[in-house]
Amino acid sequence: MLGISKRFGPVQANADVDLTVGRGTVHGIVGENGAGKSTLMSVLYGFYTSDSGSIKVFGQDATIRNAHEAIALGIGMVHQHFMLVETLTALENVMLGAEPHVLLHKAEALVRSRLLELMESTGLRVALDAQVSDLSVGDRQRLEILKALYRGAKVLILDEPTAVLTPQETEQLFGVLALLREQGTTILLITHKLKEVMRLCDRVTVMRAGRVVEEVAIADATIEGLAEAMVGRKVQMGRVGDSEKAPGAVLLQARGIHVRDLMKVVRLHALDIELRAGEIVGIAGVSGNGQSELLEVLSGLLAPVRGSLSVGGRQFEAGAWIDPRTARTLGVAHVPEDRHERAMVMSFAAWESAVLGYEWLPHYCRSGWMLHPEMRKSTADMMERFDVRPRDAQLQCSSFSGGNQQKLVLARELGQAPKVLLVGQPTRGVDIGAIEFIYGQLRAMRDAGCAVLVVSSELDEILALSDRVIVMNQGHVAGELPIDECNENTLGMLMIGGGNANASDRAKAAQVQKVAV
Amino acid sequence: MDEAMIGSLIASTLRVSTPLILCALAGLLSERAGVIDIGLEGKMLFAAFAAGAAGVAFGSTAVALIMAMGTTVLLSWLHGFACVSHRGDQVVSGVAINIIAVGMTAVLGIAWFAQGGQTPPVTTEVRVQALMPGVVEALQGIPVLGQVVGQGLLSHNAMVYVALLLVPSVWWLMFRTRFGLRLRAVGENAHMVDAAGVSVARMRYAALTLNGLLCGLAGSYLVLAQNAAFVPNMTAGRGFMALAALIFGKWHPVKAFWACLLFGFLDAVAIRLQGVPLPGIGQVPVQLIQALPYLLTVILLAGFIGRTVAPQALGRPYLKER
Amino acid sequence: MTHQPLPRWADLVVLPIVNLAVALLAAGVMVWLVGQNPLEVITVLVHGAFGTTRGLSYTLYYATTFVFTGLAVAVAFHGGLFNIGGEGQAILGGLGTGLVALWLSATLPAWLMLPLMLLVGALFGMVWAAVPAYLQAYRGSHVVITTIMFNFLASSLLVYLLVNHLKVPGSMAVESAPFADSAKLPSMHTFMGWLGIEWPNSPFNTSVFLAVLAAVAVYFFLWHTRLGYDLRATGSSARAAAYAGINPNHQVMLAMGLSGALAGLVGMNEVAGVNGRLMLEYVSGAGFTGIAVSLMGRSHPFGIVLASILFGALFQGGAEVAFEVRGFSRDMVVMLQGFIVLFSGAMAYVLAPSVAWVVNGLRGNRAPQAVKGAAHG
Repeated sequence: MLGISKRFGPVQANADVDLTVGRGTVHGIVGENGAGKSTLMSVLYGFYTSDSGSIKVFGQDATIRNAHEAIALGIGMVHQHFMLVETLTALENVMLGAEPHVLLHKAEALVRSRLLELMESTGLRVALDAQVSDLSVGDRQRLEILKALYRGAKVLILDEPTAVLTPQETEQLFGVLALLREQGTTILLITHKLKEVMRLCDRVTVMRAGRVVEEVAIADATIEGLAEAMVGRKVQMGRVGDSEKAPGAVLLQARGIHVRDLMKVVRLHALDIELRAGEIVGIAGVSGNGQSELLEVLSGLLAPVRGSLSVGGRQFEAGAWIDPRTARTLGVAHVPEDRHERAMVMSFAAWESAVLGYEWLPHYCRSGWMLHPEMRKSTADMMERFDVRPRDAQLQCSSFSGGNQQKLVLARELGQAPKVLLVGQPTRGVDIGAIEFIYGQLRAMRDAGCAVLVVSSELDEILALSDRVIVMNQGHVAGELPIDECNENTLGMLMIGGGNANASDRAKAAQVQKVAV
Repeated sequence: MDEAMIGSLIASTLRVSTPLILCALAGLLSERAGVIDIGLEGKMLFAAFAAGAAGVAFGSTAVALIMAMGTTVLLSWLHGFACVSHRGDQVVSGVAINIIAVGMTAVLGIAWFAQGGQTPPVTTEVRVQALMPGVVEALQGIPVLGQVVGQGLLSHNAMVYVALLLVPSVWWLMFRTRFGLRLRAVGENAHMVDAAGVSVARMRYAALTLNGLLCGLAGSYLVLAQNAAFVPNMTAGRGFMALAALIFGKWHPVKAFWACLLFGFLDAVAIRLQGVPLPGIGQVPVQLIQALPYLLTVILLAGFIGRTVAPQALGRPYLKER
Repeated sequence: MTHQPLPRWADLVVLPIVNLAVALLAAGVMVWLVGQNPLEVITVLVHGAFGTTRGLSYTLYYATTFVFTGLAVAVAFHGGLFNIGGEGQAILGGLGTGLVALWLSATLPAWLMLPLMLLVGALFGMVWAAVPAYLQAYRGSHVVITTIMFNFLASSLLVYLLVNHLKVPGSMAVESAPFADSAKLPSMHTFMGWLGIEWPNSPFNTSVFLAVLAAVAVYFFLWHTRLGYDLRATGSSARAAAYAGINPNHQVMLAMGLSGALAGLVGMNEVAGVNGRLMLEYVSGAGFTGIAVSLMGRSHPFGIVLASILFGALFQGGAEVAFEVRGFSRDMVVMLQGFIVLFSGAMAYVLAPSVAWVVNGLRGNRAPQAVKGAAHG
């Protein structure tokens, strides 16, 4: 792929990206969130068309306008979210769309024999007659790979394949990939886990902010070097707005939070976290490592299978978890990551969404009757304080730009003077001018004694705001560092899951040193 | 309970169940592909009218059948246009078709035949006759066989047998052919099917076309085999009963077939039980028996008789994301 | 195809008018196809509905029932649910009203009787909707299917009770005994008479005030109370409602319960206001007309009142046309109703892109509203 550029509105997802992959090699593509790796692969697989640039497959020029053309060229993709029909068997899923015969029993016989050969040669074993709903996550992924191989994929793209696998399943996958490489299949691995890249890949491309920043053979690379390239910035010390005060009392404490999703995949492993008054804790880490689940658990949207929570003088256990309304009464405010679906009712006017979650407050509602003048006044105040444009409380929420929507949500939550503030992606979609303003607001909350938790996929943001940084990886706390210990090295290492023990040991050692001094 | 009664009970059951079976199979094909079909009632009514009107106008069974099936296929396509091509609400569309059917059949009936909405009776040549009267005659004298088998099973017209044959046929189509596999997949996970290279819209329209054909048969049966003339609102809720049978049968052709037979049996029994006290229970009100199919379906849906799992994509229009 | 959004006023006013126009056109074509003159039909219809006081009276009588069923559908819709069970809930409401009237009308005075009938009617309707609601919220049964089944169960129940228990012995008519006077709502003829105004005798009765009151109450409920706020939030975005701490199951019960209660009020018009006894046919499709009314009225009480009058006019005018024009029957109105449900409901957005194109063009090619930031990675 040469000179690939792709823009989505104001966002330049890919800028002049070159990618050359040798036949029969495993090529890793790494980067943080928003680096552009998924976009690049989507262009290759035909989901998007690039604005400029060219693609050559096996030496021939190629235009790939949709997934079918990609498949025809021998490109197969295994997505992060599997595309399987649960009520059909594994065999039927592989066959769908490419059945060799009208009559199913004949088609199945043909497909089965080919699949058995494939399974032999690649070592990918799946129970072909099992219903997909009975298959484990690892099995389903193997099935997806088989599907791609069955359709003659010579180039296999894998998007964050180990995100949902257990360690054993990960090992099995590595074995399969190694075997496939030996057989001449070219593999493109999108991941943020540098350890895997070091193990499996022949070459690696590092992307950041839509550009390629490094491309190197694994033999010549080091984890540290890659981490630095991935994170790639020097952390400034002595930031503006640092608080002079030490953090105060613990306002929220969660212990042993264990969360499983619908597919029984563990999202949070016995996690502990503490939030103190007058401190901003930033959760760094690539999205999908449990940060979203953490926010949902602490705000009461999601109940863990195990764990306890202590906030506002009350205790909650896994069977009787806190709910969002109780959380608000205890002074916990939540700015959700998902603005569109969660934070506002898009079809409401601004002045109605401005009280979402707080409509029951005596300030807004008396004996069940909503006090419209108060609601409107509050909205006007919010819009004034956070400079929301257009300054029209009657306007439907969906008509505001993303940034202004976010400002309105922040105004609403911060305006409740909470004791604990949980924020997910505070400046996603917000214009540059407003970002500093929002940071200022968050710092002001902290200075007023609030305990703030910020989850962000933008490392810059975490570094700008946090007093203490927690790095999450695969549902665990990979490490915890006070801000002055954070640099691209330590953080990068924690984020990629390399040197876990070392980092937290170092952190502990550093903390001990600090106290001693 | 003597043989003559058993025989006639079986016969009644089969006769009453036939339009239910045809309609339920129609609904099955549509819903398995992910498109809710509330409009079965309206389509059946329209088909009955078309068969009656064409039967009188052209004096031919074949033409009556073709007109009926053509009409319902068009209605199914209309449903598809609103819901598959344009993401309209599938339930509202079905309700609309039902209301339009009631109105339009009466309007056309009055306009064309001036008999207050009825069509004149269709002649006996056009109506579908018993297929094997000779055999039934021959079996008359034989004990047990004569009444139960002869009267009960063999005295019917071709459409009844067609309906019975369609059950295994639809089953075969759904579970033994490529088309059926894709149909089932589209109703569960349309994204996956699209990514696999099969057109979701085309599958759904194909299902709707078959749905239309079967509804056409169901409606024609009412006029060509049961009543001889179209009467306003003659379907009397049978389309909904077929829907109930479909759900009761958990969207499976054979199970839905048994549900249809059960509902047909209840209907046949209801008339006979009127005024007859049952041992231990006393007189069962006829309305209760008539209401049983609906009651049973609600109980089933409430989960008291096993779990119901509808096709996953049922009711959700497919949006090509990305 | 780029999806140009419609400005709100166009969505609420222009699009419904366009959809109505298309429905009328389709019906007009049908009328013409069966050899009638559409214009003649329309003229007779409008005159029949509004031209005489008597006609207007009938129009408003029909409209009263439609307001109740239309509000029912609208309230459920605001909660994100489609209530097709209005027919059955109205039957139960009428049944409740009638039963309490039969039981107590001889012994209670009107000022006690009538409110009691209202309460019981609403309660019966509420219960008939609450059962499917409960099954949806707590057992996952699809509310559309269960309410359709409940419609049939309601009519079976009514028939059973009338035939087996309530019929006057020795009479052929499938009706209950008539209520005592305290259980009857005064007709408009009587009411206007008290005010000294001449008004023709017709089924139009004082329950219309109840209908207007209900519409106003629904308006205030939905947009001025906290429960209404929570209901609309749930119907619009279940996830945002969850974020706000609103319990979705409670909302389902509330929406359907209110909806059923509103439909149950039909009994006050038909049973208490007109029939004065329990009969078989006092709903006859009004539940389904309610769907059309709510769709046309965009689920807003004000729109529903207007749409109810429109449909009342269609029914009354339709009866007049059936009287005067040979070959025309009221079934044409039913057919038009079906077209309206089709075009305003299922195909509501088929015409939206064309309307948007025209509207945006007339406003001088204004660019579509800001695209919400697309962050991809």
